Amino acid sequence: MQPNLQEYWKRNLRLMVVLLAIWALVSYVFGIILVNELNAIRLGGFPLGFWFAQQGSIFTFVILIFVYVARMRKLDKEYDVEE
Amino acid sequence: MSILTWTYIIVGASFGLYMYIAWASRVKDTKGFYVAGGGVPPLANGMATGADWMSAASFISMAGIISFGGFQGSVYLMGWTGGYVLLALLLAPYLRKFGKFTVPDFVGDRYYSRTARIVALICAIFVSLTYVAGQMRGVGIVFSRFLEVDVNTGVIIGMCIVFLYAGLGGMKGITWTQVAQYVVLIVAFTIPAVAISMKITGNPVPQLGFGGTIEGGTYGGRFLLETLDAINQDLGFAAYTAAYGPGQKPMLDVLCITLALMVGTAGLPHVIVRFYTVPTVRAARLSAGYALLFIALLYTTAPAVAGFARYNMVDTLNDKPYAAAPQWFKDWEKTGLIAWLDKNGDGMIQYRAGAAFTGKLQFSGQTGPHGEPLLKNAPTNSPNELYVDNDIMVLANPQIANLPNWVVALVAAGGLAAALSTASGLLLVIASSISHDLYYRIVNRKASEKQRLLLGRVMIGLAVLAAGYFGINPPGFVAQVVALAFGLAASSFFPILVLGIFSKRVNREGAIAGMVAGIGFTMLYIVQTKFMGMKPWLWDITPEGIGAVGMVINFAVTFLVSAMTPPPPQEIQDMVESVRIPKGAGAAVDH
Repeated sequence: MQPNLQEYWKRNLRLMVVLLAIWALVSYVFGIILVNELNAIRLGGFPLGFWFAQQGSIFTFVILIFVYVARMRKLDKEYDVEE
Repeated sequence: MSILTWTYIIVGASFGLYMYIAWASRVKDTKGFYVAGGGVPPLANGMATGADWMSAASFISMAGIISFGGFQGSVYLMGWTGGYVLLALLLAPYLRKFGKFTVPDFVGDRYYSRTARIVALICAIFVSLTYVAGQMRGVGIVFSRFLEVDVNTGVIIGMCIVFLYAGLGGMKGITWTQVAQYVVLIVAFTIPAVAISMKITGNPVPQLGFGGTIEGGTYGGRFLLETLDAINQDLGFAAYTAAYGPGQKPMLDVLCITLALMVGTAGLPHVIVRFYTVPTVRAARLSAGYALLFIALLYTTAPAVAGFARYNMVDTLNDKPYAAAPQWFKDWEKTGLIAWLDKNGDGMIQYRAGAAFTGKLQFSGQTGPHGEPLLKNAPTNSPNELYVDNDIMVLANPQIANLPNWVVALVAAGGLAAALSTASGLLLVIASSISHDLYYRIVNRKASEKQRLLLGRVMIGLAVLAAGYFGINPPGFVAQVVALAFGLAASSFFPILVLGIFSKRVNREGAIAGMVAGIGFTMLYIVQTKFMGMKPWLWDITPEGIGAVGMVINFAVTFLVSAMTPPPPQEIQDMVESVRIPKGAGAAVDH
C-alpha cells in the first residue's frame, strides 16, 4: 500500500475507535452497567439511566453515523480516494 | 363508516400501490433482480432498509413487551438499533466496495474457499427461513384481526402479494415497494402515538411526553415515569425504570442479550445485502445513517407508547367494576387478547403481578354474572385477575385515544406493511442464495443470464410457498428459533466479515474453524436450554444472549487458527487493501 493510503487507513481506524467508544459508553455503560446509579439523576421527568437505555442511546447512535459519514467524506477528499 | 369498511379501503389502496410499484419497476437482468441495478439513492435505500428491518414484531409486539417489562425492554431498543453503527462503521462501505451480490459471495472470495462459501450459504438460508416463517404468521394474524377473515386465508393473500412484486421486480421491485411500505408503517405508528401522548400528557411529541407530567386524573401533575414506578410497586411489580431487582434479568444477561442483538443485526444477510444496492461507498455509509434515522423514529416512539399504554391500562381498568370497562376492552376481549377471571367474585378487575390463570387462554362459551365471557382455564393462586396480550398495546391504541375509525384501519395497513416488507426482503435472500450462490457459483458456472433470472423467479416462488406453509402450520418452536437466528448471525457472519476486512492475516483455515466453532457452541447451548430443558449453565446467560459468547469464541478461534496456518495468498491480501479504499467502486459487478 502506498504510504499516503496507509495514513488514510490509520486515520479511518482512529475515527472508528473513537466513535465505537462513544457507542459502547452510552449503551453498555450508561444504559446498562450504571443504569441504577444514573437513575438518581433526573433529566426533566426521566431518570437519566433509563433515558439513556430507551431514548438517549438511540439518538446518539444516529448522530454517530452521520458524524462518521461527514468525517469520512472529508478524509476521502483529503487523500483523493473518492469515487 | 365502520372500521371494517375503512380497513378494506385503506388496506386495498395500499396493496394497489404496491402492485403498481411492482409493475413499474419490473426487471430484465440479474443485476436488477439481485441488487436493484446498484443505483438506489441513499435516502430511498434508508427507507427501504428501515421497512425491511422493522417486522411485524417491531410494529405490533415491541411496545407491548416494553410496557410489561419496563427497563428490561431496553435490550430490544438498544439491541435492534445499535447494530447499525457497527454496520455503518465496520461493514457497509467495505462490502459495497467489494461489490458482489450476496454475503456468501464475500465469504467465498475473501477466504478463497468453496467450503467457506457453503457454510455461509447454509447459515444465510437457515437464518432467513427462520425469520420469514414468523413474518407470514404475522401477516395472517393482522388479516384475521382486522379483516375478519381466517388466519390461513390471510396468509395466502399475503403470499400472492409478495410473490407478485418480488417475483416481478426482484430486489428493484422490493426496494421501491419497501419505500412505500415504510411511509405507510411510520404514519400508522405515529398518528395514534401522538394522539395518546396528547391525551395523557398534553404534549404532542411522544418522546417528550414520555418525560412529561400527567394531565388530570388521580395522578395529575406528577411525572409519568415516576407514576409508573409507583403504580408498578403498588401492584407488586418491579419499579418501571429500575433494573436488576428481584425477578428481573441480571446485568450480565442484559449485556449479553443487547450485544447479541446488535451484532446479530449487523450479521443478518437481508440487512447486509441492502448496502449492495447503492451506487457508491459514500452512499453506503450515508444510507446506513438514513436507515437508522428512519428506524429511530419508530424505536424512540415505541417506548413512549409503552409507557402511556401501561399508565392508561392500569388507570382505566385496575380496581374498576367490569361493567364499567371501556369499549376497547370488550372489543378486544372477543379476539382473546385480553381476558378477565373474577376470582374473588366482587365484579371488580384486580390487576396484580403474576399470571391470572394456567395454560393457554380458552373461553368456555358461557357468560358470567357480570356479562364477562368465562374461561376454561384453572385460576392460579395470584390475586391477579387480568390477562393482557403484548400486542394489544399497539392494536387498541387508536380506540383508547378515541381516534376515528380510519386510524384503526391505518394501523392494520401499517402492520401488514411491516410484515410484508420484511418477508419480501428475506425471501429474496433465500432465492438469491439458492439461484446465485448455490446454482450459478457452485453447480453451473455457464448458466446464461436468462436461465439465472428465471431460476431466481422460480426460487422466489418456492420460498414463498415454504414460508406460507410455515405460516399456516407454524412449528411450535418459531418463537424459540428467533433467538437462534440472531445467535447464528452473531456467531457466524459478523466476526469473519469484520476480520476479513480489518485483518489481512486471517485466512481460510481460521475462518472455517471460527464459523464452525461459533455456530457449534451457540447452537448447542440454545438446543440444550430451549429444547432439552437444561438450565442456562454458563453464568446464567439466557439463550437469547448466548450469541454474544459464540461471537467471542468465533473471533478467538479464527485468530488462533490463522496464526498457526500460512497467510492468505498475495492476491487476497491485495483485494483486502483495495476494499479499504473507496476509489473505483463502480456498480456491483458479477465477476
